[in-house]
Amino acid sequence: MTETLHFPCNAEADAPHSRIAHFDSSQPLAMSAGVMLAPFSIAYQTYGQLNADKSNAILLCHALTGDQHVANAHPVTGKPGWWCALVGPGKPFDTEKYFIICSNVLGGCMGTTGPASLNPATGKAYGLTLPVVTIADMARAQAMLVERLGIETLFCVAGGSMGGMQALQWAALFPEKVFSAMIIASAARHSAQNIAFHEVGRQAVMADPNWRAGRYIEEGVRPAKGLAVARMAAHVTYLSEEALQRKFGRKLQDRAEKTFSFDADFQVENYLRYQGSTFVDRFDANSYLYVTRACDYFDLAQDYGGSLARAFKHSPTRFCVVSFNSDWLYTTAESRVIVHALNAVAASVSFVEIETDKGHDSFLLDEPDFVATTRGFLAGAARARGLGS
Amino acid sequence: MNAKPATRIDLLLVAGMVTDGARVLDVGCGDGELLRLLSETKRVDARGMEISQKGVNDCVAKGLSVVQGDADVDLADYPTGGFDYVILSQTLQATRNPKYVLEQMLRIGKRAIVSFPNFGHWRIRWQIAARGRMPVTSNLTYAWYETPNIHFCSIRDFIALAELVEARIVDSMALDKEGAQMRYEAPWFVWNLLGEQAMFLLERKRG
Repeated sequence: MTETLHFPCNAEADAPHSRIAHFDSSQPLAMSAGVMLAPFSIAYQTYGQLNADKSNAILLCHALTGDQHVANAHPVTGKPGWWCALVGPGKPFDTEKYFIICSNVLGGCMGTTGPASLNPATGKAYGLTLPVVTIADMARAQAMLVERLGIETLFCVAGGSMGGMQALQWAALFPEKVFSAMIIASAARHSAQNIAFHEVGRQAVMADPNWRAGRYIEEGVRPAKGLAVARMAAHVTYLSEEALQRKFGRKLQDRAEKTFSFDADFQVENYLRYQGSTFVDRFDANSYLYVTRACDYFDLAQDYGGSLARAFKHSPTRFCVVSFNSDWLYTTAESRVIVHALNAVAASVSFVEIETDKGHDSFLLDEPDFVATTRGFLAGAARARGLGS
Repeated sequence: MNAKPATRIDLLLVAGMVTDGARVLDVGCGDGELLRLLSETKRVDARGMEISQKGVNDCVAKGLSVVQGDADVDLADYPTGGFDYVILSQTLQATRNPKYVLEQMLRIGKRAIVSFPNFGHWRIRWQIAARGRMPVTSNLTYAWYETPNIHFCSIRDFIALAELVEARIVDSMALDKEGAQMRYEAPWFVWNLLGEQAMFLLERKRG
Protein backbone atom coordinates (compact mmCIF):
# COMPACT_ATOMS: atom_id res chain seq x y z
CA MET A 1 0.00 0.00 0.00
CA THR A 2 3.03 2.26 -0.14
CA GLU A 3 1.93 3.85 -3.43
CA THR A 4 -1.14 5.40 -1.89
CA LEU A 5 0.93 6.92 0.86
CA HIS A 6 3.53 8.40 -1.47
CA PHE A 7 2.58 11.83 -2.80
CA PRO A 8 5.65 13.76 -3.84
CA CYS A 9 5.24 17.36 -5.00
CA ASN A 10 4.88 16.05 -8.51
CA ALA A 11 5.07 12.74 -10.34
CA GLU A 12 8.50 13.64 -11.72
CA ALA A 13 10.27 12.68 -8.51
CA ASP A 14 9.65 8.98 -9.13
CA ALA A 15 8.68 8.84 -12.79
CA PRO A 16 10.47 11.65 -14.61
CA HIS A 17 10.02 12.61 -18.22
CA SER A 18 13.77 12.15 -18.62
CA ARG A 19 16.28 9.41 -19.12
CA ILE A 20 17.40 7.82 -15.88
CA ALA A 21 20.73 6.28 -14.99
CA HIS A 22 20.37 3.81 -12.12
CA PHE A 23 23.32 2.97 -9.91
CA ASP A 24 22.84 -0.15 -7.83
CA SER A 25 24.55 -1.29 -4.66
CA SER A 26 27.66 -2.28 -6.63
CA GLN A 27 28.24 1.41 -7.43
CA PRO A 28 27.54 3.39 -4.28
CA LEU A 29 28.14 7.11 -4.03
CA ALA A 30 30.60 8.08 -1.29
CA MET A 31 28.99 11.15 0.22
CA SER A 32 30.69 14.02 2.03
CA ALA A 33 28.57 13.20 5.09
CA GLY A 34 30.64 10.02 5.41
CA VAL A 35 28.06 7.51 4.24
CA MET A 36 27.59 5.46 1.10
CA LEU A 37 24.42 6.05 -0.90
CA ALA A 38 23.09 3.08 -2.86
CA PRO A 39 21.09 2.56 -4.86
CA PHE A 40 20.51 5.94 -6.43
CA SER A 41 19.28 7.38 -9.71
CA ILE A 42 20.15 10.35 -11.87
CA ALA A 43 17.56 11.85 -14.21
CA TYR A 44 19.05 13.73 -17.16
CA GLN A 45 18.34 15.33 -20.50
CA THR A 46 20.65 15.45 -23.51
CA TYR A 47 20.60 17.65 -26.59
CA GLY A 48 22.59 17.28 -29.81
CA GLN A 49 24.88 14.46 -30.86
CA LEU A 50 28.03 13.11 -29.28
CA ASN A 51 30.77 13.15 -31.93
CA ALA A 52 32.87 10.12 -32.87
CA ASP A 53 35.79 10.87 -30.55
CA LYS A 54 33.44 12.00 -27.76
CA SER A 55 35.16 15.36 -27.48
CA ASN A 56 32.16 17.69 -27.81
CA ALA A 57 30.24 16.96 -24.60
CA ILE A 58 29.15 19.83 -22.37
CA LEU A 59 27.74 19.36 -18.89
CA LEU A 60 25.38 22.13 -17.83
CA CYS A 61 24.80 22.40 -14.09
CA HIS A 62 21.51 23.83 -12.95
CA ALA A 63 20.94 26.35 -10.19
CA LEU A 64 19.18 25.89 -6.83
CA THR A 65 15.64 25.21 -8.02
CA GLY A 66 16.44 24.54 -11.66
CA ASP A 67 16.40 21.11 -13.20
CA GLN A 68 17.53 19.08 -16.17
CA HIS A 69 14.99 20.64 -18.54
CA VAL A 70 17.41 23.21 -19.97
CA ALA A 71 16.03 23.65 -23.45
CA ASN A 72 12.75 21.79 -23.67
CA ALA A 73 9.27 22.49 -22.36
CA HIS A 74 9.06 21.75 -18.64
CA PRO A 75 7.02 18.58 -18.02
CA VAL A 76 5.18 20.07 -15.03
CA THR A 77 4.78 23.74 -15.90
CA GLY A 78 4.85 23.54 -19.69
CA LYS A 79 7.14 26.59 -19.72
CA PRO A 80 10.26 26.80 -21.93
CA GLY A 81 13.51 25.40 -20.51
CA TRP A 82 15.44 27.65 -18.13
CA TRP A 83 18.37 28.34 -20.46
CA CYS A 84 16.67 28.58 -23.86
CA ALA A 85 18.41 31.98 -24.16
CA LEU A 86 21.79 30.27 -24.47
CA VAL A 87 21.13 26.66 -25.45
CA GLY A 88 19.82 25.54 -28.83
CA PRO A 89 20.67 25.46 -32.53
CA GLY A 90 22.92 28.43 -33.34
CA LYS A 91 22.97 29.56 -29.72
CA PRO A 92 26.29 29.81 -27.80
CA PHE A 93 25.72 26.31 -26.38
CA ASP A 94 25.02 25.15 -29.91
CA THR A 95 23.08 21.89 -29.95
CA GLU A 96 24.13 21.39 -33.59
CA LYS A 97 27.77 21.40 -32.56
CA TYR A 98 27.88 20.13 -29.00
CA PHE A 99 26.42 17.21 -27.09
CA ILE A 100 24.79 18.82 -24.09
CA ILE A 101 24.00 16.98 -20.87
CA CYS A 102 22.09 18.32 -17.91
CA SER A 103 21.18 16.19 -14.93
CA ASN A 104 18.93 16.90 -12.00
CA VAL A 105 21.17 17.40 -8.95
CA LEU A 106 21.41 14.92 -6.12
CA GLY A 107 18.85 16.05 -3.55
CA GLY A 108 16.60 17.43 -6.30
CA CYS A 109 13.01 16.45 -6.99
CA MET A 110 12.83 15.90 -10.73
CA GLY A 111 13.87 12.27 -10.87
CA THR A 112 17.36 12.19 -9.36
CA THR A 113 17.47 10.69 -5.88
CA GLY A 114 16.33 13.26 -3.36
CA PRO A 115 14.22 13.52 -0.22
CA ALA A 116 10.99 13.12 -2.22
CA SER A 117 12.21 9.90 -3.84
CA LEU A 118 10.99 6.56 -2.61
CA ASN A 119 13.57 4.86 -0.42
CA PRO A 120 13.49 1.23 -1.65
CA ALA A 121 14.65 0.04 1.77
CA THR A 122 11.62 1.44 3.60
CA GLY A 123 8.97 1.87 0.92
CA LYS A 124 8.60 5.48 2.08
CA ALA A 125 9.99 8.77 0.83
CA TYR A 126 13.51 9.45 2.11
CA GLY A 127 12.46 12.73 3.68
CA LEU A 128 15.11 13.85 6.12
CA THR A 129 16.66 10.38 6.30
CA LEU A 130 18.61 11.21 3.16
CA PRO A 131 22.13 12.28 4.19
CA VAL A 132 22.81 15.99 3.78
CA VAL A 133 24.03 16.54 0.22
CA THR A 134 27.01 18.71 -0.72
CA ILE A 135 28.07 20.37 -3.97
CA ALA A 136 30.88 17.80 -4.13
CA ASP A 137 28.30 14.98 -3.85
CA MET A 138 26.41 16.51 -6.75
CA ALA A 139 29.59 16.69 -8.84
CA ARG A 140 30.66 13.13 -7.97
CA ALA A 141 27.21 11.80 -8.91
CA GLN A 142 27.37 13.71 -12.21
CA ALA A 143 30.83 12.26 -12.84
CA MET A 144 29.38 8.76 -12.49
CA LEU A 145 26.71 9.65 -15.04
CA VAL A 146 29.29 11.09 -17.45
CA GLU A 147 31.35 7.94 -17.10
CA ARG A 148 28.23 5.83 -17.73
CA LEU A 149 27.74 7.79 -20.95
CA GLY A 150 31.24 6.75 -22.01
CA ILE A 151 32.67 10.27 -21.95
CA GLU A 152 36.20 10.66 -20.63
CA THR A 153 36.67 14.44 -20.90
CA LEU A 154 33.99 17.10 -20.96
CA PHE A 155 34.60 19.91 -23.42
CA CYS A 156 32.97 22.26 -20.94
CA VAL A 157 31.26 22.26 -17.57
CA ALA A 158 29.14 25.37 -17.12
CA GLY A 159 26.62 26.72 -14.73
CA GLY A 160 25.25 29.78 -13.00
CA SER A 161 24.77 30.34 -9.28
CA MET A 162 24.72 26.89 -7.60
CA GLY A 163 25.49 25.54 -11.09
CA GLY A 164 28.68 27.62 -11.06
CA MET A 165 29.64 26.06 -7.74
CA GLN A 166 29.28 22.62 -9.31
CA ALA A 167 31.40 23.68 -12.31
CA LEU A 168 34.07 24.99 -9.94
CA GLN A 169 33.89 21.81 -7.89
CA TRP A 170 34.24 19.71 -11.05
CA ALA A 171 37.37 21.61 -12.07
CA ALA A 172 38.85 21.06 -8.61
CA LEU A 173 37.90 17.37 -8.28
CA PHE A 174 38.45 16.23 -11.86
CA PRO A 175 40.84 18.68 -13.57
CA GLU A 176 41.74 16.21 -16.33
CA LYS A 177 38.08 15.69 -17.22
CA VAL A 178 37.26 19.40 -17.59
CA PHE A 179 38.67 21.04 -20.72
CA SER A 180 36.92 24.31 -19.99
CA ALA A 181 34.65 25.67 -17.28
CA MET A 182 32.27 28.60 -17.08
CA ILE A 183 31.47 29.87 -13.60
CA ILE A 184 28.66 32.38 -13.87
CA ALA A 185 27.20 34.59 -11.13
CA SER A 186 28.67 32.25 -8.55
CA ALA A 187 31.15 32.01 -5.69
CA ALA A 188 33.77 29.70 -4.22
CA ARG A 189 32.01 29.89 -0.87
CA HIS A 190 28.61 30.90 0.38
CA SER A 191 28.67 34.25 2.17
CA ALA A 192 27.11 34.83 5.59
CA GLN A 193 24.38 36.89 3.93
CA ASN A 194 23.56 34.06 1.54
CA ILE A 195 23.46 31.50 4.35
CA ALA A 196 21.18 33.90 6.22
CA PHE A 197 18.71 34.16 3.35
CA HIS A 198 18.68 30.39 2.96
CA GLU A 199 17.98 29.96 6.65
CA VAL A 200 14.98 32.29 6.36
CA GLY A 201 13.65 30.04 3.60
CA ARG A 202 14.22 26.85 5.52
CA GLN A 203 12.58 28.23 8.64
CA ALA A 204 9.55 29.27 6.56
CA VAL A 205 9.23 25.67 5.36
CA MET A 206 9.70 24.19 8.81
CA ALA A 207 7.23 26.63 10.38
CA ASP A 208 4.47 25.32 8.16
CA PRO A 209 2.37 22.91 10.31
CA ASN A 210 2.11 20.64 7.28
CA TRP A 211 5.83 20.11 7.19
CA ARG A 212 5.40 17.41 9.89
CA ALA A 213 9.11 17.22 10.75
CA GLY A 214 9.80 16.39 7.13
CA ARG A 215 7.38 13.44 6.94
CA TYR A 216 4.64 15.26 5.02
CA ILE A 217 4.78 12.96 2.00
CA GLU A 218 3.91 9.83 3.95
CA GLU A 219 1.25 11.79 5.84
CA GLY A 220 -0.33 12.94 2.60
CA VAL A 221 0.02 16.71 3.12
CA ARG A 222 2.33 19.45 1.80
CA PRO A 223 3.92 22.50 3.45
CA ALA A 224 2.95 24.59 0.44
CA LYS A 225 2.47 27.85 2.37
CA GLY A 226 5.89 27.69 3.97
CA LEU A 227 7.61 26.77 0.74
CA ALA A 228 5.81 29.59 -1.10
CA VAL A 229 7.01 32.13 1.48
CA ALA A 230 10.55 30.74 1.17
CA ARG A 231 10.35 31.22 -2.58
CA MET A 232 8.99 34.75 -2.28
CA ALA A 233 11.83 35.83 -0.01
CA ALA A 234 14.42 34.14 -2.21
CA HIS A 235 12.96 35.60 -5.38
CA VAL A 236 13.62 39.14 -4.15
CA THR A 237 17.31 38.27 -3.79
CA TYR A 238 17.46 37.19 -7.43
CA LEU A 239 16.40 40.63 -8.65
CA SER A 240 17.75 44.11 -8.07
CA GLU A 241 16.23 47.22 -6.62
CA GLU A 242 16.43 48.96 -10.02
CA ALA A 243 14.74 46.05 -11.78
CA LEU A 244 11.93 45.87 -9.21
CA GLN A 245 11.44 49.63 -9.40
CA ARG A 246 11.41 49.60 -13.20
CA LYS A 247 9.04 46.65 -13.42
CA PHE A 248 6.62 47.48 -10.62
CA GLY A 249 7.39 50.76 -8.92
CA ARG A 250 4.51 51.45 -6.55
CA LYS A 251 1.89 50.48 -9.12
CA LEU A 252 -1.33 49.01 -7.77
CA GLN A 253 -2.74 45.69 -8.88
CA ASP A 254 -6.05 45.99 -10.80
CA ARG A 255 -7.36 48.72 -8.52
CA ALA A 256 -7.43 52.49 -8.45
CA GLU A 257 -6.94 52.98 -4.71
CA LYS A 258 -5.33 51.21 -1.80
CA THR A 259 -7.88 48.96 -0.12
CA PHE A 260 -6.79 49.50 3.50
CA SER A 261 -6.46 45.75 3.87
CA PHE A 262 -3.74 43.14 3.54
CA ASP A 263 -4.71 42.10 0.05
CA ALA A 264 -2.05 42.24 -2.61
CA ASP A 265 -2.65 45.92 -3.37
CA PHE A 266 0.73 46.39 -5.03
CA GLN A 267 1.76 44.72 -8.26
CA VAL A 268 5.01 43.59 -6.66
CA GLU A 269 3.05 41.73 -3.95
CA ASN A 270 0.87 40.07 -6.51
CA TYR A 271 3.94 39.09 -8.54
CA LEU A 272 5.68 37.52 -5.54
CA ARG A 273 2.56 35.64 -4.44
CA TYR A 274 2.27 34.24 -7.95
CA GLN A 275 5.95 33.21 -7.94
CA GLY A 276 5.44 31.47 -4.61
CA SER A 277 2.23 29.67 -5.57
CA THR A 278 3.52 28.30 -8.89
CA PHE A 279 6.79 27.18 -7.33
CA VAL A 280 5.13 24.74 -4.93
CA ASP A 281 3.56 22.86 -7.83
CA ARG A 282 6.94 21.85 -9.17
CA PHE A 283 9.23 21.78 -6.15
CA ASP A 284 9.53 19.61 -3.07
CA ALA A 285 9.87 21.40 0.27
CA ASN A 286 12.46 19.00 1.69
CA SER A 287 14.40 19.23 -1.55
CA TYR A 288 14.53 22.97 -0.92
CA LEU A 289 16.13 22.31 2.46
CA TYR A 290 18.73 20.01 0.90
CA VAL A 291 19.79 22.18 -2.02
CA THR A 292 20.01 25.34 0.08
CA ARG A 293 22.12 23.43 2.62
CA ALA A 294 24.43 22.21 -0.14
CA CYS A 295 25.13 25.85 -1.10
CA ASP A 296 25.65 26.89 2.52
CA TYR A 297 28.19 24.12 3.13
CA PHE A 298 30.13 25.05 -0.01
CA ASP A 299 33.56 26.49 0.80
CA LEU A 300 35.99 25.13 -1.74
CA ALA A 301 39.09 26.70 -0.14
CA GLN A 302 38.35 24.89 3.12
CA ASP A 303 38.78 21.55 1.31
CA TYR A 304 42.27 22.66 0.27
CA GLY A 305 43.77 23.84 3.53
CA GLY A 306 42.18 27.28 3.31
CA SER A 307 43.83 28.10 -0.02
CA LEU A 308 41.51 28.34 -3.00
CA ALA A 309 44.51 28.57 -5.33
CA ARG A 310 45.62 25.14 -4.16
CA ALA A 311 42.37 23.69 -5.52
CA PHE A 312 43.52 24.66 -9.01
CA LYS A 313 47.27 24.05 -8.93
CA HIS A 314 48.48 22.75 -12.32
CA SER A 315 44.91 22.92 -13.59
CA PRO A 316 44.79 22.40 -17.37
CA THR A 317 41.25 23.79 -17.50
CA ARG A 318 40.40 27.00 -19.37
CA PHE A 319 38.21 29.05 -17.06
CA CYS A 320 35.74 31.81 -17.77
CA VAL A 321 34.32 33.64 -14.77
CA VAL A 322 31.35 35.94 -15.31
CA SER A 323 29.61 38.27 -12.87
CA PHE A 324 26.84 40.84 -13.21
CA ASN A 325 27.29 44.27 -11.66
CA SER A 326 23.77 44.45 -10.20
CA ASP A 327 23.95 40.95 -8.65
CA TRP A 328 24.07 41.56 -4.91
CA LEU A 329 23.63 37.89 -4.02
CA TYR A 330 26.72 36.56 -5.80
CA THR A 331 28.72 39.73 -6.18
CA THR A 332 31.54 40.62 -8.53
CA ALA A 333 33.82 40.61 -5.48
CA GLU A 334 33.05 36.89 -4.99
CA SER A 335 33.93 36.20 -8.63
CA ARG A 336 37.17 38.14 -8.20
CA VAL A 337 38.15 35.83 -5.35
CA ILE A 338 37.99 32.95 -7.83
CA VAL A 339 39.90 34.93 -10.47
CA HIS A 340 42.65 35.88 -8.01
CA ALA A 341 43.06 32.24 -7.00
CA LEU A 342 43.27 31.14 -10.63
CA ASN A 343 45.78 33.88 -11.45
CA ALA A 344 47.86 32.81 -8.49
CA VAL A 345 48.47 29.45 -10.18
CA ALA A 346 48.74 31.02 -13.65
CA ALA A 347 45.66 29.13 -14.78
CA SER A 348 44.01 30.12 -18.04
CA VAL A 349 41.24 32.43 -16.95
CA SER A 350 38.97 35.04 -18.45
CA PHE A 351 36.89 37.29 -16.29
CA VAL A 352 34.08 39.54 -17.40
CA GLU A 353 31.70 41.67 -15.39
CA ILE A 354 28.52 42.29 -17.37
CA GLU A 355 26.69 45.56 -16.88
CA THR A 356 22.97 45.09 -16.39
CA ASP A 357 20.40 46.14 -13.82
CA LYS A 358 18.65 42.75 -13.75
CA GLY A 359 20.41 41.32 -10.70
CA HIS A 360 21.38 37.71 -10.04
CA ASP A 361 18.82 36.29 -12.49
CA SER A 362 20.71 37.99 -15.35
CA PHE A 363 22.51 34.73 -16.06
CA LEU A 364 19.21 33.20 -17.17
CA LEU A 365 18.41 36.05 -19.52
CA ASP A 366 19.28 37.03 -23.05
CA GLU A 367 21.84 39.70 -22.07
CA PRO A 368 23.74 40.58 -25.28
CA ASP A 369 27.17 41.09 -23.66
CA PHE A 370 26.80 37.87 -21.69
CA VAL A 371 25.73 35.93 -24.78
CA ALA A 372 28.71 37.37 -26.73
CA THR A 373 31.11 36.46 -23.91
CA THR A 374 29.79 32.90 -23.75
CA ARG A 375 29.94 32.52 -27.51
CA GLY A 376 33.50 33.91 -27.68
CA PHE A 377 34.80 31.83 -24.79
CA LEU A 378 33.35 28.59 -26.18
CA ALA A 379 34.61 29.39 -29.69
CA GLY A 380 38.14 29.98 -28.35
CA ALA A 381 37.99 26.76 -26.32
CA ALA A 382 36.63 24.84 -29.32
CA ARG A 383 39.58 26.02 -31.44
CA ALA A 384 41.97 24.90 -28.72
CA ARG A 385 40.16 21.56 -28.48
CA GLY A 386 40.31 21.08 -32.26
CA LEU A 387 36.55 21.04 -32.64
CA GLY A 388 35.53 22.15 -36.14
CA SER A 389 33.90 25.55 -36.31
CA MET B 1 44.43 53.47 -21.11
CA ASN B 2 46.94 53.21 -23.93
CA ALA B 3 48.34 56.51 -25.10
CA LYS B 4 47.12 55.63 -28.53
CA PRO B 5 46.25 52.33 -30.19
CA ALA B 6 49.68 50.97 -31.01
CA THR B 7 50.42 50.48 -34.66
CA ARG B 8 50.54 47.13 -36.29
CA ILE B 9 54.28 47.47 -36.92
CA ASP B 10 54.89 48.05 -33.23
CA LEU B 11 53.01 44.85 -32.39
CA LEU B 12 54.86 42.85 -35.01
CA LEU B 13 58.12 43.97 -33.44
CA VAL B 14 56.91 42.83 -30.02
CA ALA B 15 55.82 39.53 -31.51
CA GLY B 16 59.28 39.20 -33.06
CA MET B 17 60.83 39.14 -29.59
CA VAL B 18 58.63 36.26 -28.40
CA THR B 19 59.61 32.64 -28.97
CA ASP B 20 57.16 30.09 -30.36
CA GLY B 21 54.86 28.36 -27.90
CA ALA B 22 55.81 30.61 -24.98
CA ARG B 23 53.57 31.51 -22.05
CA VAL B 24 52.76 35.19 -22.41
CA LEU B 25 50.95 37.71 -20.20
CA ASP B 26 50.03 40.98 -21.92
CA VAL B 27 49.43 43.66 -19.29
CA GLY B 28 47.08 46.35 -20.57
CA CYS B 29 46.08 44.28 -23.58
CA GLY B 30 43.41 46.71 -24.82
CA ASP B 31 41.18 45.06 -27.40
CA GLY B 32 43.48 42.03 -27.63
CA GLU B 33 45.15 42.77 -30.97
CA LEU B 34 48.60 41.70 -29.77
CA LEU B 35 47.27 38.60 -28.02
CA ARG B 36 45.51 37.54 -31.16
CA LEU B 37 48.63 38.17 -33.24
CA LEU B 38 50.73 36.12 -30.82
CA SER B 39 48.20 33.29 -30.71
CA GLU B 40 48.00 33.12 -34.48
CA THR B 41 51.64 33.54 -35.44
CA LYS B 42 53.53 32.16 -32.44
CA ARG B 43 51.08 29.61 -31.00
CA VAL B 44 51.72 31.08 -27.58
CA ASP B 45 49.68 30.40 -24.45
CA ALA B 46 48.41 33.96 -24.33
CA ARG B 47 46.80 35.68 -21.37
CA GLY B 48 45.83 39.27 -20.91
CA MET B 49 44.97 41.81 -18.25
CA GLU B 50 43.05 44.94 -19.10
CA ILE B 51 41.68 47.69 -16.92
CA SER B 52 38.75 48.76 -19.09
CA GLN B 53 35.70 46.54 -18.86
CA LYS B 54 34.86 47.12 -22.50
CA GLY B 55 38.32 45.99 -23.58
CA VAL B 56 37.98 42.84 -21.47
CA ASN B 57 34.54 42.02 -22.83
CA ASP B 58 35.77 42.51 -26.41
CA CYS B 59 38.76 40.24 -25.78
CA VAL B 60 36.76 37.42 -24.18
CA ALA B 61 34.15 37.62 -26.94
CA LYS B 62 37.06 37.00 -29.34
CA GLY B 63 37.97 33.86 -27.40
CA LEU B 64 41.03 35.35 -25.67
CA SER B 65 41.88 34.62 -22.02
CA VAL B 66 41.67 38.06 -20.48
CA VAL B 67 40.80 39.26 -16.99
CA GLN B 68 39.78 42.67 -15.78
CA GLY B 69 42.59 43.99 -13.64
CA ASP B 70 44.83 46.89 -12.70
CA ALA B 71 48.58 46.49 -13.26
CA ASP B 72 49.32 48.58 -10.17
CA VAL B 73 47.34 46.20 -7.95
CA ASP B 74 46.59 42.85 -9.54
CA LEU B 75 50.01 41.76 -10.82
CA ALA B 76 50.73 40.81 -7.22
CA ASP B 77 48.36 37.82 -7.64
CA TYR B 78 50.48 36.12 -10.30
CA PRO B 79 53.06 33.49 -9.36
CA THR B 80 56.79 34.07 -9.63
CA GLY B 81 58.13 32.74 -12.92
CA GLY B 82 54.61 31.87 -14.09
CA PHE B 83 55.21 33.21 -17.60
CA ASP B 84 57.97 33.27 -20.18
CA TYR B 85 57.18 36.83 -21.22
CA VAL B 86 55.26 39.62 -19.57
CA ILE B 87 54.47 42.40 -22.02
CA LEU B 88 53.63 46.01 -21.26
CA SER B 89 52.86 47.67 -24.55
CA GLN B 90 52.35 51.45 -24.48
CA THR B 91 51.02 51.28 -20.93
CA LEU B 92 53.99 52.03 -18.63
CA GLN B 93 53.32 55.78 -18.67
CA ALA B 94 49.73 55.20 -17.51
CA THR B 95 50.63 53.22 -14.39
CA ARG B 96 50.68 54.85 -10.96
CA ASN B 97 53.89 53.12 -9.95
CA PRO B 98 56.01 52.21 -12.99
CA LYS B 99 58.91 50.93 -10.89
CA TYR B 100 56.66 48.54 -8.96
CA VAL B 101 54.98 47.37 -12.16
CA LEU B 102 58.34 46.69 -13.81
CA GLU B 103 59.54 44.78 -10.74
CA GLN B 104 56.38 42.69 -10.78
CA MET B 105 56.81 41.97 -14.49
CA LEU B 106 60.37 40.79 -13.93
CA ARG B 107 59.18 38.62 -11.05
CA ILE B 108 56.30 37.00 -12.94
CA GLY B 109 58.05 36.62 -16.30
CA LYS B 110 61.38 35.15 -17.20
CA ARG B 111 61.57 38.14 -19.53
CA ALA B 112 59.73 41.42 -19.82
CA ILE B 113 58.96 43.41 -22.96
CA VAL B 114 58.18 47.09 -22.47
CA SER B 115 57.32 49.63 -25.13
CA PHE B 116 56.57 53.26 -24.40
CA PRO B 117 56.47 56.71 -26.01
CA ASN B 118 59.82 58.49 -25.63
CA PHE B 119 59.44 61.78 -23.82
CA GLY B 120 63.01 62.67 -24.78
CA HIS B 121 62.09 62.99 -28.46
CA TRP B 122 63.23 66.30 -30.01
CA ARG B 123 59.70 67.36 -30.92
CA ILE B 124 58.57 67.09 -27.31
CA ARG B 125 61.69 68.87 -26.06
CA TRP B 126 61.04 71.56 -28.65
CA GLN B 127 57.43 72.08 -27.58
CA ILE B 128 58.40 72.57 -23.97
CA ALA B 129 61.47 74.68 -24.77
CA ALA B 130 59.97 76.90 -27.45
CA ARG B 131 56.30 77.13 -26.49
CA GLY B 132 56.54 76.55 -22.78
CA ARG B 133 53.51 74.25 -23.00
CA MET B 134 53.06 70.57 -22.19
CA PRO B 135 53.56 68.71 -25.45
CA VAL B 136 50.74 67.36 -27.61
CA THR B 137 51.89 65.27 -30.56
CA SER B 138 50.23 62.93 -33.03
CA ASN B 139 51.24 60.00 -30.81
CA LEU B 140 50.41 61.75 -27.55
CA THR B 141 47.17 63.51 -28.26
CA TYR B 142 45.90 64.30 -24.76
CA ALA B 143 46.02 67.71 -23.13
CA TRP B 144 47.81 67.69 -19.74
CA TYR B 145 44.55 67.98 -17.77
CA GLU B 146 42.89 64.95 -19.29
CA THR B 147 45.73 62.58 -20.03
CA PRO B 148 45.79 59.08 -18.53
CA ASN B 149 49.56 59.22 -19.07
CA ILE B 150 50.82 60.29 -15.69
CA HIS B 151 54.38 58.95 -15.70
CA PHE B 152 56.21 59.87 -18.86
CA CYS B 153 59.85 58.96 -19.26
CA SER B 154 62.55 59.27 -21.84
CA ILE B 155 64.62 56.39 -23.17
CA ARG B 156 67.45 57.45 -20.85
CA ASP B 157 65.07 57.53 -17.88
CA PHE B 158 63.92 54.02 -18.68
CA ILE B 159 67.47 52.69 -18.94
CA ALA B 160 68.14 54.18 -15.51
CA LEU B 161 65.00 52.50 -14.14
CA ALA B 162 66.04 49.16 -15.64
CA GLU B 163 69.37 49.56 -13.86
CA LEU B 164 67.60 50.42 -10.61
CA VAL B 165 65.41 47.30 -10.66
CA GLU B 166 68.42 45.15 -11.60
CA ALA B 167 67.21 44.25 -15.06
CA ARG B 168 69.53 43.34 -17.87
CA ILE B 169 68.70 44.81 -21.26
CA VAL B 170 68.67 41.85 -23.63
CA ASP B 171 67.47 43.76 -26.67
CA SER B 172 66.24 47.24 -27.40
CA MET B 173 65.15 49.35 -30.30
CA ALA B 174 63.96 52.85 -31.04
CA LEU B 175 60.90 53.23 -33.20
CA ASP B 176 59.83 56.00 -35.48
CA LYS B 177 56.45 57.69 -35.57
CA GLU B 178 54.80 54.75 -37.33
CA GLY B 179 56.26 52.26 -34.91
CA ALA B 180 58.85 50.91 -37.34
CA GLN B 181 62.32 50.11 -36.09
CA MET B 182 64.87 52.83 -36.78
CA ARG B 183 67.32 51.12 -39.08
CA TYR B 184 70.67 52.53 -38.25
CA GLU B 185 73.20 52.20 -35.52
CA ALA B 186 73.42 55.13 -33.18
CA PRO B 187 74.37 55.75 -29.58
CA TRP B 188 71.51 56.05 -27.08
CA PHE B 189 71.59 59.83 -26.85
CA VAL B 190 70.74 59.95 -30.58
CA TRP B 191 67.83 57.54 -30.19
CA ASN B 192 66.66 59.48 -27.20
CA LEU B 193 66.34 62.50 -29.51
CA LEU B 194 65.00 60.80 -32.63
CA GLY B 195 62.99 57.80 -31.40
CA GLU B 196 59.29 58.48 -30.96
CA GLN B 197 58.87 55.17 -29.17
CA ALA B 198 61.17 52.63 -27.62
CA MET B 199 61.00 48.94 -26.94
CA PHE B 200 63.05 46.94 -24.47
CA LEU B 201 63.47 43.24 -23.82
CA LEU B 202 64.58 42.77 -20.22
CA GLU B 203 65.43 39.97 -17.86
CA ARG B 204 66.43 39.76 -14.23
CA LYS B 205 70.16 40.07 -13.65
CA ARG B 206 70.04 37.40 -10.97
CA GLY B 207 68.01 34.18 -10.84
